[in-house]
Amino acid sequence: MTTTAPHTDLGKTPGPTAPRRPRRGPGALVRALPLTPAVVLLLLFLAGPIAYCVSIAFTDLQLTGQAEDSFVGFENFTRAFGDEAFLNAVWLTLVFTVLSSLIGQNTLGLALAALMRRASKPVRTLTGGIVVTAWVLPEVVAGFLLYAFFRREGTLNAILDWLHLPSQNWLFTLPILAVSFANVWRGTAFSMLVYSAALNEIPQEITEAAEVDGAGGRRRMWHITLPMIRRSIATNLMLNTLQTLSVFGLIWVMTRGGPGGKSQTLPLFMYEQAFQNSLIGYGTAVALLLLLVGSLFSLVYLRLLRTEV
Amino acid sequence: MALTLASRRTTRRLAADAGLLVVAAAFVLPLAWVVLSSLDPHADLRVKAPDGLTLDNFDAILTPEITFTPLLNSLILCGSATLLTVVCAALAAYPLSRFRSRFNRPFLLTILFATSLPITAIMVPVYALFVRVDLIDTMHGTIFFFAASQLPFAIWLTKNFMDGVPKELEEAAWTDGASSLQSLIRIVLPLMGPGVAVVTVFSFVMMWGNFFVPFMLLLTPDQMPASVSINDFFGNRGMVAYGQLAAFSIVYSTPVILLYVLIARRLGGGFALGGAVKG
Repeated sequence: MTTTAPHTDLGKTPGPTAPRRPRRGPGALVRALPLTPAVVLLLLFLAGPIAYCVSIAFTDLQLTGQAEDSFVGFENFTRAFGDEAFLNAVWLTLVFTVLSSLIGQNTLGLALAALMRRASKPVRTLTGGIVVTAWVLPEVVAGFLLYAFFRREGTLNAILDWLHLPSQNWLFTLPILAVSFANVWRGTAFSMLVYSAALNEIPQEITEAAEVDGAGGRRRMWHITLPMIRRSIATNLMLNTLQTLSVFGLIWVMTRGGPGGKSQTLPLFMYEQAFQNSLIGYGTAVALLLLLVGSLFSLVYLRLLRTEV
Repeated sequence: MALTLASRRTTRRLAADAGLLVVAAAFVLPLAWVVLSSLDPHADLRVKAPDGLTLDNFDAILTPEITFTPLLNSLILCGSATLLTVVCAALAAYPLSRFRSRFNRPFLLTILFATSLPITAIMVPVYALFVRVDLIDTMHGTIFFFAASQLPFAIWLTKNFMDGVPKELEEAAWTDGASSLQSLIRIVLPLMGPGVAVVTVFSFVMMWGNFFVPFMLLLTPDQMPASVSINDFFGNRGMVAYGQLAAFSIVYSTPVILLYVLIARRLGGGFALGGAVKG
């Protein structure tokens, strides 16, 4: 069931030379009628805001007491690239994405999926259940749980004390690391599910043949398993990255982006500029950049699916 | 040879079990905190055995102001938006799945593209737009936006589920004079019951947990859903009552966990939703 979607055709079009007429039934316009509510909703509430985003990103629109906003061209963008806080946010977003999505969720998810194939059933069910619960919890609740875990008086330091290791105030000294771990905790289940499904599709005979030929676990992983699931890896990385780019609630609850912007990724920076500093125009310009990066990833994702069709 | 293979397998299984249990232990700690703290009269921030079991924390939060109103708001918000999403998605998926047209492919590619856009990024302009058209701080405005943001994925999923329903059954109904709408409601949707359930539950769960959208689009405290009101435990009430926070978290999270279990069971194989997500 897992890979059904990518394999289904995207509404195969009959060639332009052979426009197959409907044998019976209403005309094309009437048949497209049920699309209307969805299209209207999407145009008004999704395409509309995106268009509006593009238009106000080039203005100096502010939140409060401004008679009218004026067109300022690329000023918001040039300003962003000269703004240290913005560059800091870009850097932190990069760190956050690489640590939590590329390295954390992806690798841990694959490891869990691989281990689950060998483990006994009760252990598999238990681990799967716990990891999936972390994923199903609402974002804000996950934020609170991890906040409690990383606080100075929290569980992590209690364990470190017990092991006689130095404890510290994680949310203060290394907030970006703490929120990255939080994102791993929350998001690994997705990768685990994707990889479990992908590994299930590898024919048993191939792994067994390699095993009889004396290929060790690591070599089998590297030379057989990974090449066979490379498409799932690409899809998973893409979706993980997109999801991680737009994390807001988790970080907001744990650190508010602080202290001193040390965990302020782009969504939090955008929010702060637009609402704490009342610079809607500037905040939107940052939003547009985020949207552009997201669209790029999205296009790559489409290409990946298309080669699979 | 066979023997060594078998014993190697056993060793490997034990190693895999051990590895999984280590990860499970790490993952379970925050979950253990929330469960234990909710029952603990003197809860703090670390996992510990409660100083006696009590339901006082639940007692304290189960009031209209703290729990029932926010949960009702969540239900109205997410329930209406889910209904809107599923109806629009089912209607839209029907022509996409049933009729050939040269617009299908570009339309579906656009939909797929939209599924992966970061919604977070457009919240600032949505706020500005909602202020301008006077939809800010209204439940219906937020419902429309929720539905629109979930719609691309819902259409995509529904269309794929609908493709699995054979066309022949409907063609018989058509020759009997049934309209498209009739055959959609009477024949196609009942046959793809599990698919509709997945789309419904998935949309609802995503909205139930969403913090940023209501946080931006609603202003009046009375209208806030649970995902936003939970922050009041920190802000306005001075000392944080961690036991109550934990109890509230559990009450708020239970519906989505139950829904997930329900849907996972119904589709056989606990990981069905994960599979659906991948599409």
